[in-house]
Amino acid sequence: MSSLRFVGVSWLLQFKMIMRSPFDGFGNVIYPLFFATVAFFVFRAGDSPRTLVYASLGAAVMGMWSSVSTSAGSAMQRERWWGTLELLVAAPRHFALVLLPATLGLATVGIYNLVATLLWGRLLFGIDLTIEHPLLFALSILGTVLSFGGLGFLFAVSFVRFRAAWVLGNFFEYPVWLICGFLVPLALLPSWVRPISWVLAPTWGMSAIRESALGGTPLPDLLLCLGLGAAYVAFGVLVTDRVLRAARERGSLSLT
Amino acid sequence: MAAIEAEGLRRTYKTTTGVVRRKSLEIEAVRGIDFQVPEGELFGLLGPNGAGKTTTIKMLITLLIPTAGSARVLGLDVVEQAHEVRKRIGYVFGGERGVYERLSGYDNLRYFAELYGVPPGEQRRRIEYLLEVVGLKGREHERAEGYSRGMKQRLHVARGLLHDPDVIFLDEPTIGLDPVGARDVRATIASLTEAGKTVLLTTHYMFEADALCDRIAVISHGRIVAEGTPTELKRGVAEGTVVEVEVFGGVDGALERVRGLGGVSSVAIEEREQAQVLVVQTGPGLELTQAILGCLDGAEVGRISQREPTLEDAYVALVTE
Repeated sequence: MSSLRFVGVSWLLQFKMIMRSPFDGFGNVIYPLFFATVAFFVFRAGDSPRTLVYASLGAAVMGMWSSVSTSAGSAMQRERWWGTLELLVAAPRHFALVLLPATLGLATVGIYNLVATLLWGRLLFGIDLTIEHPLLFALSILGTVLSFGGLGFLFAVSFVRFRAAWVLGNFFEYPVWLICGFLVPLALLPSWVRPISWVLAPTWGMSAIRESALGGTPLPDLLLCLGLGAAYVAFGVLVTDRVLRAARERGSLSLT
Repeated sequence: MAAIEAEGLRRTYKTTTGVVRRKSLEIEAVRGIDFQVPEGELFGLLGPNGAGKTTTIKMLITLLIPTAGSARVLGLDVVEQAHEVRKRIGYVFGGERGVYERLSGYDNLRYFAELYGVPPGEQRRRIEYLLEVVGLKGREHERAEGYSRGMKQRLHVARGLLHDPDVIFLDEPTIGLDPVGARDVRATIASLTEAGKTVLLTTHYMFEADALCDRIAVISHGRIVAEGTPTELKRGVAEGTVVEVEVFGGVDGALERVRGLGGVSSVAIEEREQAQVLVVQTGPGLELTQAILGCLDGAEVGRISQREPTLEDAYVALVTE
């Protein structure tokens, strides 16, 4: 109960911090709209309303993913700069529990990205999105947010150990767009890429969102997405102690 | 049982030099130190920059794993029982870092209260009480980025006390504060031992250590070079005399010559406005003023004075040995 309360309160405070940064705020408002615009122009050339809806949903999840992948690394880097990382490690809470709300907070910002992109598509490009299964659509978004948070958490654990690992966050941003089928169907990718796609929760989150919006069976995809998200968290928790011990042995916690 | 015990505590860091031909270096920050702090004592760890004070504190608060030796806090091993140690200690460091600037002072304390598992029913009362103690009441809902250095430091102190720890580690808590701010923080520190807490304090200010600490360990180049009450440490140099010579122009070359004089126990240079002051500690009953002046090579000399040694002189003598 105490742990749940902690996650809730720290999620709220993390969210407060993110929303109070003018630069982060501006980036979060504008950045996804650029993705969406590029995607809409590219797919409009195809002249099929269904393709545009497909692209609209893909661009929306792209924004969500970018917010998590790039921010999870910089969030840890900021804790180092602020001198708070050591304070978090020196506290009695399990460090995994400290990291999780931070990445969940970032994933929550992703929901705005999704909504903003869909509205942008509706207002500027006239893409009329009719949601076939509204409840499952909402659940798919929630599941995708949680699994993104789980993946961001896994990134953040590595960022604690390796100071320069925040670069990896940026590195993973674009390949995931492609590998997880945000804009291009997985069937078009070489067959050796598919196993990589299958172990990435965004693939299933994206698929669940599309299936629920366009009419299909999103539940299996949603469950896979949540399962993988939970697996990332479990793996992250398992390695957290080892990562922290290594950082305490090397004396790298206070380094910026 | 001592509240804090260190036995043969040692810590080395690995670093590299060069870009193409990388060379690995091992730096010994703490070279095997032993000390004990009984419960309820305010113990000072004094030493110049790079002496190993912060490294020692970080090993004791579980942020660094010792390379060798062992340390226990309240009987708990800082490596094997780190989680238990963390519940019972508080850590405050000096400077402006360690604060979530975008959050209010109140939210900062609320976050750390959750982090330390302060029961929800007690949090508000505890935070309000500590805001009163550190003098931040009325400003707690402003963002911390607008706080002065002193206010941030007082917020640090409140954070370190949120979970009412038994042992508190204070790493240069008054560094960079103005005299009034430093006095307020010192008053708070003094009240901690009155409340039965054990405190380990590092500071550069000798008068602060003299006024606050029950016992002091002087650390230099990773080793403890002296340990005792402030009175005992002063007694070590009390029988000598301190000669201060104001010199205008360079005295660096003269330093070694003065140090080589018989009866000189330590030599240091202090900068005072345009002048440099040569501070020479001599043995008891010796009159070395003329000999010291003879070493200055005709440099322009200002005021010359003699005085009784202070705790600061004892410290300088210890760390320059």
